[in-house]
Amino acid sequence: MRRGRLTPGAVRKWGFIVSFLAVPLAIYIIFFVSPNLQALQLALTNSRGISPDFQYVGLENFTRLFGDDVFWAAVRHHGLILLVMPLVTIAIALFFAFLLNLGGGQKNGQLSGVWGSSFYKVVFFFPQVLAVVIVGVLFQAVLNPQKSGILNSVLGWFGVDPVGWLIKPDLALWTIIGVMVWQGVGFYVVLFSAGMAGVPKEIFEAAALDGANRLTLFFKITLPLVWNTVQVGWVYLGIAAFDAFALVQVLSIDRGGPDNATTVLPLEIFRQTFTYYRFGYASAMGVALVFLVLTFAALTLRVTRRERIEY
Amino acid sequence: MKTETAPAVPQVRREVRPTAGKKSAGLLGGVSHLMLVLWTILTVTPIVYTFLNSFKTNTEIFGDSPLALPRQWGWGAWGRAWETSRIGEYLVNTVIVVAFSTFFTMLLGSMAAYVLSRYDFRGNRLIYTLFVAGLSIPPFLALSALYKVVDNVGLLGTHTGVVLVYVAYSLPFTVFFLAAFFKTLPTTVAEAAMMDGCGHARTFFQIMLPMARPGLISITIFNVIGQWNQYLLPIALLPGDKQDKWLITQGIANISTSAGYEADWAGLFAALSMAIIPILIVYVIFQRQIQTGLTAGVGK
Repeated sequence: MRRGRLTPGAVRKWGFIVSFLAVPLAIYIIFFVSPNLQALQLALTNSRGISPDFQYVGLENFTRLFGDDVFWAAVRHHGLILLVMPLVTIAIALFFAFLLNLGGGQKNGQLSGVWGSSFYKVVFFFPQVLAVVIVGVLFQAVLNPQKSGILNSVLGWFGVDPVGWLIKPDLALWTIIGVMVWQGVGFYVVLFSAGMAGVPKEIFEAAALDGANRLTLFFKITLPLVWNTVQVGWVYLGIAAFDAFALVQVLSIDRGGPDNATTVLPLEIFRQTFTYYRFGYASAMGVALVFLVLTFAALTLRVTRRERIEY
Repeated sequence: MKTETAPAVPQVRREVRPTAGKKSAGLLGGVSHLMLVLWTILTVTPIVYTFLNSFKTNTEIFGDSPLALPRQWGWGAWGRAWETSRIGEYLVNTVIVVAFSTFFTMLLGSMAAYVLSRYDFRGNRLIYTLFVAGLSIPPFLALSALYKVVDNVGLLGTHTGVVLVYVAYSLPFTVFFLAAFFKTLPTTVAEAAMMDGCGHARTFFQIMLPMARPGLISITIFNVIGQWNQYLLPIALLPGDKQDKWLITQGIANISTSAGYEADWAGLFAALSMAIIPILIVYVIFQRQIQTGLTAGVGK
């Protein structure tokens, strides 16, 4: 019976499946799955650097983590970024997407975007293709605390004294959030534009014919129709709020400063790994980060599911 | 009564609403155009000033009027940046690494996605889940362990190591997206080819891949941009003593720190411009494909 199943066709099929899966699976397991599993193991050790000698210390890394002020500072910063950055980015992006797609009013009974909308889309999206590192270095010049900083120079025209955007501990994280918004808006303008293009234009036009003004058109009709896309965008921005590594590392004073005022978990993980070689402790921090990200994702999924039932 | 009043209501509506709409449209139109222009200025200014500053002297950059145009247009800083900051070398390195890693990501990713989406076999679900689970794991968890693994296989500080790690880290999304894409393609063409004696592998390369072109293009663009802009993995895997192997993002970050010591700010801005210009050119040419490619990921 068993032999009967191994027809030449079946052998060929299995050979094909194995030959197509073997290499991608091997690379993925060696360089992605196994490091992640090893990280879970390392989190329970006092491993330092690449030395193979280490002891298991149980949950010691985690107890130390919960007493670590820098860790809690980083968690608080993620909380603030998570509260502010997605909301501001989505609000600005929705506003612009609406203007660019439907804000031009009616022409011959057809709704259109404002004049020059494709030009704006191209310009707004560009920061998205720049590496975060490049954005960080660009903004070092823009946010220079002296009068020579581009932003301070512009504010100077209005009589505002130079602001230490990245120097003041109370302001620095907000400045970083501002730069994240600057880079992200264009992407979501394009994303929401695609969402709005997917909605039949007749719906908007019918509402406009009925005399709905632009505010009604936006809040009562456009927003509910692209709500799904907005939710997806929120999840993506939420996950981005747990990263911010490259920007904080390149742009902030003293990499996460001043005085840890802008530090984030990925930066601390990097520092623990490559400055102090505390591989065990860094991995424990990584576990905490994954826990936070997955909690956020699970909560979001729950909330969106509940809303789906209501509809 | 009802039949008499009913037609009157829409008439009143038609007379009142449009004028109210027009008024608010004029005001809103003005404000909204202003906002669009403001955001354009906000977006463009940092980039334009990077170019302008590369032609200025330190005193001009840090003087009282940083927004003024350069007094003299010279390419001095560009020459210095090219020679001392090794930006050309980093660009070449990045082109090589990204070319290989994107090629192998697409080849291996589409092979795995095809088998997982079109063939029924024991373990299919498990392998698919293993790939897709990678989407929710931030790369920072495994940072220490990844360093160890790459060191153990002797690939630390090599481009081969970076390429392999890029492929591994790009596979979850590539497999996820392409598996969904292959499922949307009709099965009849492939079945007809198999009937005609076309083998499994040949069916894939000569029939399915060409059919999957739009999806492949989107994800290729997504991977090229993601890998080109990658910063964490190169600084983790190409340490300081291997500067000849460095990639562009790492080089830029380094130049920004060293410019402070050498006080060659125009040189920094010239180096930065050299990193931006190739991206700008590619973006202007392919902006439509890039926009669909990058947003395709979120749309699913």
